[in-house]
Amino acid sequence: MELAIHTDVSDMARVDGHGLSAPHKVTAQGVDVFYGDKQALKSINLDIPSNTVTALIGPSGCGKSTFLRCLNRMNDVVEGCRIEGMITLDGEDIYARGVDVVHLRARVGMVFQKPNPFPKSIYDNVAYGPRIHGLAKNRAEMDEIVLTSLEKAGLIDEVRDRLEAPGTGLSGGQQQRLCIARAIAVEPEVILMDEPCSALDPIATAKIEELIDELKQNYTIIMVTHSMQQAARVSQKTAFFHLGELVEQGDTTDIFTKPFDERTQAYVTGRIG
Amino acid sequence: MSKSDRIQAGLAKRYRAEKRFRLYGILAIAVAISFLVVMLTAIGIRGVGAFQQTHVALTVTFDEQHIKDNNWQGMVKDAMRKAFPDVTSRRDKRALYKLMSSGAGFDLQTMFKDDPSLLGQVRTVWLPSSDDIDMLMKGTIDREAAEGDRRVSNKEIAWIDRWLADDAIELQFNMRFFTAGDSREPELAGILGAFMGSLFSLSVCFALSFPLGIMTAVYLEEFAPKNRWTDLIEVNINNLAAVPSIVFGLLGLAVFLNFFLLPRSAPLVGGMVLALMTLPTIIIAARAALRAVPPSIREAAFGMGASQVQTVMHHVLPLAMPGMLTGTIIGMAQALGESAPLLMIGMVAFIVDIPGGFTDPATALPVQIYLWADSPERAFSERTAAAIIVLVGFLIAMNLLAVILRRRFERRW
Repeated sequence: MELAIHTDVSDMARVDGHGLSAPHKVTAQGVDVFYGDKQALKSINLDIPSNTVTALIGPSGCGKSTFLRCLNRMNDVVEGCRIEGMITLDGEDIYARGVDVVHLRARVGMVFQKPNPFPKSIYDNVAYGPRIHGLAKNRAEMDEIVLTSLEKAGLIDEVRDRLEAPGTGLSGGQQQRLCIARAIAVEPEVILMDEPCSALDPIATAKIEELIDELKQNYTIIMVTHSMQQAARVSQKTAFFHLGELVEQGDTTDIFTKPFDERTQAYVTGRIG
Repeated sequence: MSKSDRIQAGLAKRYRAEKRFRLYGILAIAVAISFLVVMLTAIGIRGVGAFQQTHVALTVTFDEQHIKDNNWQGMVKDAMRKAFPDVTSRRDKRALYKLMSSGAGFDLQTMFKDDPSLLGQVRTVWLPSSDDIDMLMKGTIDREAAEGDRRVSNKEIAWIDRWLADDAIELQFNMRFFTAGDSREPELAGILGAFMGSLFSLSVCFALSFPLGIMTAVYLEEFAPKNRWTDLIEVNINNLAAVPSIVFGLLGLAVFLNFFLLPRSAPLVGGMVLALMTLPTIIIAARAALRAVPPSIREAAFGMGASQVQTVMHHVLPLAMPGMLTGTIIGMAQALGESAPLLMIGMVAFIVDIPGGFTDPATALPVQIYLWADSPERAFSERTAAAIIVLVGFLIAMNLLAVILRRRFERRW
């Protein structure tokens, strides 16, 4: 029941937000993350609007991946990881007691740095999520989900006649798009991407970036990237992390052209990183 | 000397070292293989004799009186007397009877049971000879040796020569070796009893240790929190793998026999004891296999919203299965060759009947080998080697099965 109420609230928020400011899909308030004694993130406050691409940038070890993994509670399985503060999805605290991680991850999908398709057929890779969440009533519905997901991920033309071939037999870029298809097969609201192009060549990267641009119409995308050019190309919002702190956030163009903080300036101009 | 010359000089040295290293490797493998070949051929040469057995053609009368008296060996003796009418003295007759195996009568009995119309008929039947005659035929007993030095007298050799002249004695395939249980008489002893005992024990061992081992490994590796208790358990499992196997036998005696009052000499208990011994091996191998599954697969599954059990069942376990199977086969092979733990629970015994179930008294292949090796009769030595061949064959069959299963489960990522 609780969930239904929250959904209502978010729907209203979306209606309200149509004019002036975009509604916030995900918000973080005073988030601290500790690995054992080491503090990885220090009081992060970040609002992420709906149907946009938000890029998290910053030098290695700055905590941007850690923050991303907090958003679908992937850090739960990390031994000794402790999270304080509040992260909400549509106004609902995702770390609240009684929130089911399985359900959360069905709403917040994730694409990883290295393409990691399951060692199964292409079809089974995409069908896995709907299958475990029970989204398809019969084989025909499942076929429909798989085909539309592959289509949305821009992979369908390349794999239409070999859906039963192993997913691991595809090229790196195709594998990553398969992982995106797998993530969107469960119709998540938010897709987290952890450096999705870092293992890919420029052509495959261009394809993924194009895809991300299309996907933002239906999904809220949060991506970690090492490439500032990529952040500039695909994102509308950017957040700059440095040594576990969120230094600056705002519209991507502003961050790159007129940053407030000198650390941001140093990073985007390539002086630190 | 320029820099490039120096590198050039070093290069030659490096290549030489590499060549030498490769040579050592090949040498080591060659030595290992030659040992294996020597061992296998030695066993093969010794054991191959046991697959043949000397049989004698006797003209037997299925005499009504003998059948009524259930005196089947008497029937054999009649036939012998008929074959050698010139043997008259009591002592010679006794020597003559000893040419045939004491199991010859049983063969006649089985024949008659299968075909009662034989009553009163006369038939020529191939019957097993005694083990000494068998050894003489196979050349293990030397005809040329002085009479006092061999177990077969000149008179007996003369009788055998008469059979030989009539083609009434020959080596035939020894079916009995594969279909009979143990016996005091080497020519009647077979491996089937021990084979079935091993098979039953190993099934129990597998049925217990495989699921328990896999579940333990999965729990410890995937679910258990890392704390002092799990550390303690891990250390203990590792120690358990190094415990001498006879200790497990003592445990079986104290717990399974004396406390739970399970039957003695039973494959059920043998399997349970072997399972205790095999468990640590399986657990350690299974944990290594689980650890070898790339974490990216787990992340992918978690990221899709799979629960921990779903992640393990759908993704991790299938990928770890080949490694787990390998560990299991190593454990089972160990269990197959183990005799010390069986000593304590009474599976080291002379058991004639072929076990038909998990609670029948039984022995195991390695125990049978040991028992035969310990027997004084010459003919048992070739049977010992033949039993080793059967044991090795069993092992190879098990390994083949493992290879096939691995092929089926193996997936690349």
